[in-house]
Amino acid sequence: MGLLFALLAVFAALLLSAPAGQAQTMAAPLSTSTPAPSPAEPTGTPESFPNTISGVLRNAGQPVAGVTIRATGEGFSGEAVSSATGGWSIGVPVQGTYEVELDVSTLPEGVTLAEGAQNPRQVTFANTSNAGAIFPLGAGIVVQTQSFGELLVERMLAGLSFGLLLALASVGLSLIFGTTGLTNFAHGEMVTLGAVLMFFFSGLGMPVWLAAVLAVLGGGLSGYLQDSGLWKPLRRRGTGIIPMMIVSIGLALAARYTIQLFFGGSTRQLPGARSPQIELGSVSISQNTLISLVISTVVVLVVAFLLLKTRIGKATRAVADNPALASASGIDVDGVIRIVWTVGGVLAGLGGILWAYYRPGVTFNMGQQILLLIFAAVVLGGLGTVFGALVGSIIVGVFVEVSTIWLEADLKFVGALLIMIIVLLFRPQGILGRKERVG
Amino acid sequence: MDFLNILSGALGEIISPTTAAYALAALGLALHFGYTGLLNFGQAGFMAMGAYGFAIATLTFNAPFWAAVLVALACSVAFAFLLGIPTLRLRADYLSIVTIAAAEVIRYIVTTNQLTDITGSAGGLNGFAGGFYALNPFPEGTYNLGFITLSARDLWVRVVAWSVVAVCCFIVWLLVRSPWGRVLKGIREDENAVRSLGKNVYSYKMQALIIGGVFGSLAGILFTLPRSSVQPANYGTELTFFLWTCLLLGGAATVLGPVVGAMLFWVVLSLTQGLLYGAIGAGYITFISIPQAGQLRYIMVGVALMLLMIFRPQGLLGNKKELVYS
Repeated sequence: MGLLFALLAVFAALLLSAPAGQAQTMAAPLSTSTPAPSPAEPTGTPESFPNTISGVLRNAGQPVAGVTIRATGEGFSGEAVSSATGGWSIGVPVQGTYEVELDVSTLPEGVTLAEGAQNPRQVTFANTSNAGAIFPLGAGIVVQTQSFGELLVERMLAGLSFGLLLALASVGLSLIFGTTGLTNFAHGEMVTLGAVLMFFFSGLGMPVWLAAVLAVLGGGLSGYLQDSGLWKPLRRRGTGIIPMMIVSIGLALAARYTIQLFFGGSTRQLPGARSPQIELGSVSISQNTLISLVISTVVVLVVAFLLLKTRIGKATRAVADNPALASASGIDVDGVIRIVWTVGGVLAGLGGILWAYYRPGVTFNMGQQILLLIFAAVVLGGLGTVFGALVGSIIVGVFVEVSTIWLEADLKFVGALLIMIIVLLFRPQGILGRKERVG
Repeated sequence: MDFLNILSGALGEIISPTTAAYALAALGLALHFGYTGLLNFGQAGFMAMGAYGFAIATLTFNAPFWAAVLVALACSVAFAFLLGIPTLRLRADYLSIVTIAAAEVIRYIVTTNQLTDITGSAGGLNGFAGGFYALNPFPEGTYNLGFITLSARDLWVRVVAWSVVAVCCFIVWLLVRSPWGRVLKGIREDENAVRSLGKNVYSYKMQALIIGGVFGSLAGILFTLPRSSVQPANYGTELTFFLWTCLLLGGAATVLGPVVGAMLFWVVLSLTQGLLYGAIGAGYITFISIPQAGQLRYIMVGVALMLLMIFRPQGLLGNKKELVYS
């Protein structure tokens, strides 16, 4: 048990040493999802509102400053003036739908809204604390309307990228479930940890690649320490699967609020979070999404290769199949489980970084937001099957993104969760699962 | 720091309607998990069904108080059927994932902007408790209970909340002593043995899920009455996990455990909040801010849940022989 606190302390120390410049933002308002005993919520000044609508104004590549933008809705109205970099941001009290209007009279001389651009336009929050509003500027630029086919391809591509980043987390979860039987509710916090560590390391001035590598290693370390300090002793004690599941819920709560304690409640961006759009024919996709797609494909292929071709991969599959038999044939079961936890931490950490670029933004509860999608992916594919988790993740990712063509953005996770429930009705063992596992 | 104020505030939490709501929802979980072995991680969804069912019936359809309560209960029964049909034949961990997912689906649906006219989206609904307070028999004035002074309105909501909790505790006590309750415990211990005796396990599980869910939706109504407002952010997964903490604190397979657990949970939260805020206000603690103190309390809840599960899984009142999970 002492080791458990050591783990929390290591984790705390890592975050405590965050640059002093962040100290002021740590006093961000309490998340509204935590019911406080006293109903009196602190009422903040507009600057401290947890949610923002923001955007950048550019004309022919040059930032446009001094333009007034107004947001009204949900019984609130606020305005902002674009800064020297063209950026503007309006703090709003609640997430919802706002009407955002660009005051055309404040545009500099010679700059006009692009033809066909909506003004005022509707902006809706989609489960994140930031909503973007883009006002295309420039005479002669015509806002194109996409055909359904192009839209579908674009959403599928984005969904594939999202699904593969989900796969990173869900493969780890599935490996852990396969080898130990534990449904790890703290997996979301392992995802958050990767992104938060990346934010911390890049805040120290490290280049992006180094910060990412260190953050991913930090994720692996957290997996290793979790197993050595908590899960292995519990297995030794013979703790059942359900108590372990509840312990993982406790760990998730403790870890989530520890992260909030040091990171604060606000959303912060990793370096390079705003990336240019790349045009592939008539389909456009952001550069980050494309890079994320490539990275996660490579990593998933590497994991698949390791599992299928190496000794340790075969040992892992043997333990997942039958721990007792694996142990009897000379496989070090505890060693395999330790490696699985470490690899799970690495994959979740990487998934967290990619998720932070995909959303975009780092928050203390970003892992919690996709935990259920990870579960849905794992259940869809078949609990405990690694390749099932991969297939399930891609289905969930593509489904979530494609459903935004018809569904409001704030309902996009609902479809994926409903699909999971419906699949359980007809094929409870999941797509690639074997029937015996359901029991 | 005013210790007397902090202490009386903490004592006031023992009888607060929020505590009653937590106790009732945890009692539903006790029936699910403690007596039947169902891992329901979607109790927040049942509470949301109750709260929104009641509020929408009152505001959108102008239903009188009793009709609104009935609508809320009907909603939770329907929700229990929806959850139970796909999952009750499956292993426990499937039920946990589906229930938590279904509760989140409810939260997303009541948060979406498309239904703002009905659900109020992220802002929620308010002003629907008038029918309840119109039934208040206590004359206007203040009532002094020794450690706390209440208005007539506060007293009424507390009396009703705790009466409901007492009645439900009595019902659960009767149920688990009955032959029906013995079948439930049998399912918890060994499902196949019960099946071999010719009992329809699926149907028993469904009945337990419905009864516990109805308690959850009643708790949802009790939770919203004192505020007279309902907000979707309150019905996230954290609420379910706090209820589990209350349940496991008191003892999962006990009738009074959830009540004691909920009281203890809120007294400890209120005490630590009072002491931490007081110490920060008075300048004794300088290294954390007020919001950070709030987060410290939830870290404490998480650690307490882990320690409880590891070192005293039967809870304060439970009997180690009657452990749900061996």
